[in-house]
Amino acid sequence: MGTVSSLALGPVQGTPLARINPVAQLSAIAVVTLVLLTTVDVVTAAVVVAAELCLLPAAGLTSPRDVGRRTWPLLLGAASVGLVNVLLSADRDPLVGAGLALRVVGLALPGVLLVAGTDPVRLADALTIHWRVPTRFAYGALAALRLVPLLVGEFESVRLARRARGVEGRTPTARVRLFAGIVFALLVGAVRRGSRLATAMDARGFDSGIPRTNARGSVLRRRDLLFVAATVAVCAAAVALSVLTGAWHPSFTG
Amino acid sequence: MTGVDLVVEPGERILLTGASGAGKSTLLAALAGLLGTEGAEIAGELTVDGGPPAAARGRLGMLAQDPDSQLVMARVGDDVAFGLENAGLRPDEIWPRVDDALAAVGFPYGRDRPTQALSGGEKQRLVLAGVLARRPGLLLLDEPTAQLDPPGAALVRAAVVRVTADRSATTIVVDHDAEPWLPLVDRVVEVVPGGLVEHGPDWRPIGRTAGLRLPPAAPGPVLLTADGAGFTYRGADVAALPPTTVTLRGGRALAVTGPNGAGKSTLALLLAGLRAPTIGRVEVAADLAGGVRRGHREPHRWRAGELVTRIGTVFQHPEQQFLTGRLRDELALGPLRSGEHAAAARATAEELLERLGLAAYADANPFTLSGGQQRRLSVATALATAPRVLVLDEPTFGQDAATWRELVTLLAEQRARGCAVAVVTHDADLVTTFADERIAL
Repeated sequence: MGTVSSLALGPVQGTPLARINPVAQLSAIAVVTLVLLTTVDVVTAAVVVAAELCLLPAAGLTSPRDVGRRTWPLLLGAASVGLVNVLLSADRDPLVGAGLALRVVGLALPGVLLVAGTDPVRLADALTIHWRVPTRFAYGALAALRLVPLLVGEFESVRLARRARGVEGRTPTARVRLFAGIVFALLVGAVRRGSRLATAMDARGFDSGIPRTNARGSVLRRRDLLFVAATVAVCAAAVALSVLTGAWHPSFTG
Repeated sequence: MTGVDLVVEPGERILLTGASGAGKSTLLAALAGLLGTEGAEIAGELTVDGGPPAAARGRLGMLAQDPDSQLVMARVGDDVAFGLENAGLRPDEIWPRVDDALAAVGFPYGRDRPTQALSGGEKQRLVLAGVLARRPGLLLLDEPTAQLDPPGAALVRAAVVRVTADRSATTIVVDHDAEPWLPLVDRVVEVVPGGLVEHGPDWRPIGRTAGLRLPPAAPGPVLLTADGAGFTYRGADVAALPPTTVTLRGGRALAVTGPNGAGKSTLALLLAGLRAPTIGRVEVAADLAGGVRRGHREPHRWRAGELVTRIGTVFQHPEQQFLTGRLRDELALGPLRSGEHAAAARATAEELLERLGLAAYADANPFTLSGGQQRRLSVATALATAPRVLVLDEPTFGQDAATWRELVTLLAEQRARGCAVAVVTHDADLVTTFADERIAL
């Protein structure tokens, strides 16, 4: 259940980060991604990750438990990337491994911050209003997202229903087969529910050709611009520090 | 369906009733302009507002059974606003209409309430508000209370009456359970093979319990006892089921009743050996546990293969329990899992198919059956391993009068052969005709 339920963690309500428009946050993520993809050194990644960690409380993630629940898959991935690179590289330099692991964290943490601090409805509103993302896509995805917690609840019912039929996972192979069977059953159910939902949305005039309005609206303010500017400044400082310390190592040159 | 002649005047409230499979839903889908015409033979003409139904879809409002597949947004106000945004209304026009629609259905919470925190009846009223805010000229309600408990259903019916009081919308309700709608509609039309029958104002449906004779059963030994058993989800403050004591006895039927959220289904899972109680114990008689490796343990620790021949469970949603692609295989699965030989398992399956009138579908996929047939199949899969304890969650949900009688008779036959039966139910008829004992949570 652990892996399944971590998908269902919704946004924390009323966080400071939620006051930044989602498209400003996405722009900042683009800046960070671009910088981290151009270099593989430890200094740039460390500075960026440090700045990101400072934003955790702003996204409502204050207790170590909350942070852990949302980041453990990411930390696991980063640790294995670092470890594999140290073990497989010729000189076994732990600094290279640390740099690569920090880079993974630096690339993924903004996504965690966005999901934790931002209401998906505001994200869809902002994307459709400012970036002209098609409403069919944005609100369709939103409706689908609402079904995820239902799926989590159903996972347990289907597992118990199988035990009631005499099917359970006693051996590792049986367990894998059981899990695959449950996931398949959930997918079948999700497709059926999804098509009923599509009918209900159609019946309420969704995507009927009339230009859609937005009842909530989405406003870009000065603070959104400042947020992106601050991100650019932090990234510039990280690169500068990296070059000055001699750690700078672009990823696309030999 | 054939031979349908019906004229509905603007502002009328009509109930469309009839047995499962009579074609009610087909007619409704045709009115909504949703009927696929591939591979269909079509005769006659159907018009809405004088034109084809698809052309009138902007003026149509629809309410279906399952509220969870009709809600779009995560917050109440946003969900009602969804249909108005689609219609291209300005934001300053939208919010007053949202508030009006919520008030009209008697919705007790504000716009910011998360839809996930609502009960089934509240969700269904919210869907109705979302439909209503678009000011439809034709309101189609497809068994809108089928998945609700009786108080929730009554509130939804009251909301329908309130919102149609000014007769600005023509209302067509489809429901095989006609009785509760009778005082609320102008006309009743029954779909029967070959056409429609219109009923007068004094018409009452024949009660499904009328003349029902169930086989007698003699009380047997105690088979299973929940001794102060309760359940609390990890991290939850409130128990899903407070400590409860019940006894299941051979040849006796126990009904578990109570409002949604009282823990009825949780109690069923404990009795069925599917969940471990977090407090108290579930004790099994030595007689029932005979042959189980470590049978002195509580049933949730038994192997699944040992459980199926002793305690059979039928879940509320039958499709969650189906595992194979053919009815025949579905019925043979339990016996095979409990270690029976393939030939014996096949024979059991054939016999059950015959008895439940499903032999014609032996090679069909369980998912293609109608709701009533799926329900009978799920009961049959539990019977295939001849368990001495049967636990059923809402077995009569959504059944029309005929399948209801078949199902209750089938359960009474199990009781007569000495089986202990526990049913979780909202169905008052089931409690009065079938249950020997009752516990209200």
